[in-house]
Amino acid sequence: MDSALAVHRLHFAFTVTFHYLFPQLTMGLALLIVILKTVALKTRNPVYDQAARFWVKIFAVNFAMGVVTGIPMEFQFGTNWARFSKDAGGVIGQTLAMEGVFSFFLESTFIGLFVYGEKRLSPKMHWAAAFLVFLGSWLSGFFIIATDAWMQHPTGYKIGANDRILLDSFWGLILNPWILWQYLHNMIAAVVTGSLVMASVGAFYQLSGKFGEHARIFVRTGVIAGTIAAVAMVFPTGDGQGRMVADHQPATLAAMEGLFDTSEGAPIALLGQPDTDAMKLDNPLLVPQALSFLTYRRWGVEVKGLKDFPRDLWPDNIPLLYYSYHIMVGIGTLLIALMLLSSLWLWRGRLYKSRPLLWALLLALPFPYIATTAGWMTAELGRQPWLIYGLMRTADGVSPLVSAGNALFTLMGFMGLYFVLGILFLFLIHREIEHGPELAAAVAQ
Amino acid sequence: MIAAVWFCLVAIMIAGYVVLDGFDLGAGIVHLFVARTDSERRQILQSIGPVWDGNEVWLLAGGGTLYFAFPALYSAAFSGFYLALMMVLWLLILRGISIELRSHIESALWQPFWDLVFGASSALLVVLFGAALGNVVRGVPLDANGFFFLPLWTNFQPGSEAGIVDWFTLLTGAAAFVALTTHGCCWVASRTEGDLQQRARTLGAKTWWALLALTALITFFSFRLQPHLEIEFAEHPWGYVFPLLGILGLAGIRFFNVQAGDSAAFLCSCLYLVGMLTSAAFGVYPYVLPSNIAPEAGLTIFNASAAPYGLYIGLAWWIPGMLLAAGYSILAYRRLPAKVT
Repeated sequence: MDSALAVHRLHFAFTVTFHYLFPQLTMGLALLIVILKTVALKTRNPVYDQAARFWVKIFAVNFAMGVVTGIPMEFQFGTNWARFSKDAGGVIGQTLAMEGVFSFFLESTFIGLFVYGEKRLSPKMHWAAAFLVFLGSWLSGFFIIATDAWMQHPTGYKIGANDRILLDSFWGLILNPWILWQYLHNMIAAVVTGSLVMASVGAFYQLSGKFGEHARIFVRTGVIAGTIAAVAMVFPTGDGQGRMVADHQPATLAAMEGLFDTSEGAPIALLGQPDTDAMKLDNPLLVPQALSFLTYRRWGVEVKGLKDFPRDLWPDNIPLLYYSYHIMVGIGTLLIALMLLSSLWLWRGRLYKSRPLLWALLLALPFPYIATTAGWMTAELGRQPWLIYGLMRTADGVSPLVSAGNALFTLMGFMGLYFVLGILFLFLIHREIEHGPELAAAVAQ
Repeated sequence: MIAAVWFCLVAIMIAGYVVLDGFDLGAGIVHLFVARTDSERRQILQSIGPVWDGNEVWLLAGGGTLYFAFPALYSAAFSGFYLALMMVLWLLILRGISIELRSHIESALWQPFWDLVFGASSALLVVLFGAALGNVVRGVPLDANGFFFLPLWTNFQPGSEAGIVDWFTLLTGAAAFVALTTHGCCWVASRTEGDLQQRARTLGAKTWWALLALTALITFFSFRLQPHLEIEFAEHPWGYVFPLLGILGLAGIRFFNVQAGDSAAFLCSCLYLVGMLTSAAFGVYPYVLPSNIAPEAGLTIFNASAAPYGLYIGLAWWIPGMLLAAGYSILAYRRLPAKVT
């Protein structure tokens, strides 16, 4: 691999991975805050207002981090991926520009009212501000997913002179079938993150014997929303997304599953280490016929293995892709188990007293972040060696004149800056959690 | 024809960005000089607090619009000015968190630290933006594929060996710095009262002379270095209306500054910025990024734009989208208190 290409890939991977730690909580929490505020509006119970106010403070810090780390993402399409941008900008520039016009203006106007405006607005107007911030962040998610979906499964385009990729149908781009499952899968993952963070903080307070009433609201809201969302991650969204991959990226499916040999009644590997030289899976722990069934709904169907795809169509980092996928699925399964158990205990009225389960909720905090990151790595590594699946290879999209040295310089700059941002974020969030919800009726800020 | 429409729309978005984010960038620069106490610095931050984020969105939305309307320009310019662009990103990050995090902790060290970061990042951003505009006027060494790469500096000469920073782009960077400092003074004076207002007014009166001198210098050297400007203005004399707007605005800043008509001075400062930017856009048209080696290698609205279908479709969502955005902006600005205290 050419070293400049490797640095440019790492540059984007690093900045986007760090960035997405923030929006996933923003989008999930935005929904949960709207729910808390709706309950507060309906029941006129001030505890729910206090609960919402606490999460707005966490939201504000998280949102600011998401905004400042998000700006470099749009710019890097031009700086590091100039040939891709030149050839495909006429298509994906549409969705990226629409994000700016429809979502960023909306969010930036109402975030101020949402975070600082509670005193000056009526409860209903403040609810509306919360809803518009939620809407803006979920719209933003849509346009980004639409952009990525086009790179995964290009639609609505034609090839013009000089191999330029031209927009042929606007609706073909916006109604790309890939968008539906990917959007739902991703947004519900954000709800899982938001729910787990809320439940985890609630469990922390409950275990510490602080903020009792708020702690139970956090745990309850987090567990109920988290259970629904975690189950929806597998069915229907994960299943739908998986079948899109099976239909349109069959080599990717084989690599994700570590399936080297084409087989009828293909098994699913729960564990194992792919060896791409010997073209086999070491130490496999298999569930027979499960892959065939999950993919095609029939036990005996043939699934194509990697050996039947030309090597230059193989994703270029199969072990990492395989592990990312398995980590996502593994953590997802654990989270579903934890959420179902917590829901059951909640229903039986035992959750708030069960220290082991509260400890499990507290310690589960990092797992939705890891699963979401692994999920995105699965999507993006799985797309390789293509930048636009079937149309443009990753190696052909990079900026032709930006050397490895220049790209490494700025990558190190981002690493240093993001290290500082990460510490600042943890420090400020720690302060807010330490401080806890405002018990008096006083309005935040 | 549709490409020319998008050239105008992108120019409007860039002008909108410079005028709007310009005053909060300017406020960031001048708050280091005119605000002497924590309370005064807080007043300046309050005057931009509810709107600065929305102002910055003009950059993102403008960038996105540039991306889909002129993908070849977007990719050439962003990869060619790679290092400067990355520094812009770092500065935008630092500036954003300095505004957002300042109020989180009451400490004798925390606020002054973020105030300094806010001021320094605002100043450097403005210089980089000015230098970028200078680069567009001077031209860049585009290759046969329509790409180039400029190091940050070479020999500081604006010839064919030029880097991003040469004496000319340094001059345009300085002009941008002084222009937005003045713009920021006008904003702060129009939104505050008492000593703070008076100091902003006085600083604006001083920087105005520097702005006059630098405007004359960059105009002179732009015509010397970019012969296309003279051709364009000679062929379409109606274009002189743009520099005229700039001159009118420049004179107006002085006129109203003396009379303590701060809001009028601010509007004249907006007019000046719009006049200067549209003059530059008009002067380089139909180029969007001229070459400083061979004129025919330059990127124009014709060879850098996306296909007509996408550009026509773009109008269908861009116009209603921007009307909505204008609506939100009006809402945000109406919430802004006339005077912060």
